[in-house]
Formats: sequence, structure tokens, C-alpha cells
Amino acid sequence: MRRMAHLITALLGALCLGGEPHAQTSAASMVVVQQPWARATPGGAKTGAAYMTLINNGASADRLLSATTPLADQVQFHKETEDNGVSRMREVRNVELEPGAKIVFKPGEMHMMLVGLKQPLIEGQALPLTLQFERAGNIDVTMPIEKVGAMHREDIGMMMHDSDHMK
Amino acid sequence: MNGRTNRLIMIALTFAAGGILLVGGVLLGTFLQMRILTEGTPGTATIGGPFTLVATDGQKVSDQTYRGKWVLIYFGYTYCPDACPTALNNISVALEKLGPDAGKLQTFFVTVDPQRDTQEVMTDYLKPFDSRILGLTGTKAQIDDVIKEFHLYASAEKSEGHGNDYYVSHSSYIYLMDPHGSFVDVIHGNAVGDEIAIWVRKVMRDAGS
Repeated sequence: MRRMAHLITALLGALCLGGEPHAQTSAASMVVVQQPWARATPGGAKTGAAYMTLINNGASADRLLSATTPLADQVQFHKETEDNGVSRMREVRNVELEPGAKIVFKPGEMHMMLVGLKQPLIEGQALPLTLQFERAGNIDVTMPIEKVGAMHREDIGMMMHDSDHMK
Repeated sequence: MNGRTNRLIMIALTFAAGGILLVGGVLLGTFLQMRILTEGTPGTATIGGPFTLVATDGQKVSDQTYRGKWVLIYFGYTYCPDACPTALNNISVALEKLGPDAGKLQTFFVTVDPQRDTQEVMTDYLKPFDSRILGLTGTKAQIDDVIKEFHLYASAEKSEGHGNDYYVSHSSYIYLMDPHGSFVDVIHGNAVGDEIAIWVRKVMRDAGS
């Protein structure tokens, strides 16, 4: 039933994707989710990665507690840390969001790791994800799936491309 | 020069770090627990050495197979959703940017997780990337040798997670060996394709190749 609800959310979200408003926010809080996207997975991959920007526009600190998706067994938050000058990835339990904080999940740095994928993530499809915040509660996001190894969302790439041309 | 020196010092000081995190407990009877600590002083440690592995097409590949060619090596594993596709994508872009110069180069993606990364698994995984990237796997002992020779750090840690999968947490560096098989330099896997191509060209030019 819950999965059904996720799917419906995903479909509704997918319908809205063509439009401009990529920011998805919780009515109850000032946490904003911007530019969420996931990466298509290479053949046979059992893990996937999702990226987004979280902004806390509120006056109080919040905390991202967990994330869930019907397409994977679990979602972990991974952060790049430095050990003796060598960077490596570590799992972090929660993501702190101080007032005004902007946390960017992006390839090679902080990311959400989807563990135990139930199906491959296919370019052009969408990944539904529910983020659970301590104060903001649940925020549902629908993430477009970009190509394998993509470094950013295609529409962002286009924007960057356009501005290059304008120089 | 500075960037290169810094990278070398960084590598020599700690060497590529890696770890295998266990998420949940169900699996794979024995578990890799290796700690390869720094040997020698910064800049003097040798990186690389003899190895024998198996390519995704079944062909045996040793450190001798591509003598005469520059060799670009990226270590990873197919359960890696972020750093590895990022680096493989960057390498793919770099190979394209290198144009004919890419012909002087052989690129390897060597798994540090041979239990799961069989030839078949690696073949599928590498399909979306440049076909010139040759996937290499081997027995645990063979991979252990490579890990030792390239001073990769790998360790098993238990995570409190509740899934049945483990994943390998590692640093993401791309190694460049010269046509004699000697280690020359490393670059971070996050370096974009252009940057990698410029780096490779510069190293080749400096060597008069």
C-alpha cells in the first residue's frame, strides 16, 4: 500500500517534471529540496546514487534523519572525509542542517547511496524518494534519472551550456 | 610541479585508502582485513609491481602485457555507485579528448572486490563506459598482491546497517604508469575528463613520449 502511494507520488511528480518548479518543500518547514536527480546504473549494479541540494531557510536547525525509496532496500548518506590527507567515503547517520545551511549532494562528494536496488535505474525514468527530517517531517521528491556516470542533471548542464555560449 | 609533488607526498604518506564496510552480517564467510601501512619515506616508495590478472574477455593480463604503452589504472568495484562511475565517466571523456594520443595508452579498471566482481559482472558494469577501458579481476590472492603493490588501503569494518550487502569504501585515484611499467603520477578520480587528458598529455610530453 505504501509502495503504491510512492508510485502514485512518483507518477504525479513525473508529470510535474517538465515544468520549472524543481524545488520541493515541506509546507510545515523551511527546508527546501532543489535539483534532485539520480544516476542510471550500469548493468547488474546492486547500488545506485542520488543527489540533490538541501537548503534550510528556517530559523531553527533541522536534521535529515533518513530517506526511503520503494526501489531500494535502504538509502545511506555518504560523505567524503579526509584521513591523513586521503579522501574516502564514510556513511553518516544524519545530515545536520543549521539555519541557513545549504548541503549539496553531488558526484564524487556527498551522495545518497541506494543499497539493494530492486531494479536498475534507467535513464529517462524517475526515482521516488521520501526524505524524513526531524522538524520538517517527510518531503517526497521525484528524481529524474540521468545517464550512467552523469555529473549533473541534464537541464542544469543545458543551462551551463547556454551561459557558456552567451560569453 | 607543486601539484604533482603534493599528490605524490599525499600518496606516499598514506597511500590510497580503502575499506570494506560490512552492512549487515550475513555474508561471505571470510572477510578482507588488510592494512598496508606506509613503507619508506615520501617519494621513495615504489608503487606498482608484477601482477597477473584476468581481463573481462578472459585474456590473461600481466604487468608485462602492455609494456611499451602508458598504462592508466583505476581501482574500484562494481558495488560502488558514486566514485567509480564518476571516475570511469571522467576517464571515458579523457580518452575521447586525447584523440590519437589515447592510442599510446592502455586503461584498466581493476576491481578490489574479486569475490563479487567476476568477468561477467565487470563486463556488464563497464558497458556504458568507453570500450577501451579493460576490466581486470582475479583471485583474491591476485588482487591482494595488486592492493599491496599499489599501496591501497583496504579494511573490513562492521556497519550497524541492516542490509545484506557490503560495500567497499575507498579513495578514488587514477594511477599512471610509464611504458616501462614505472609509476609516474596519480590524479583524483573526481578530476574531470579535460583535466585528466591534459594531465596525461603533460606527463607523456615531459617524458618525451
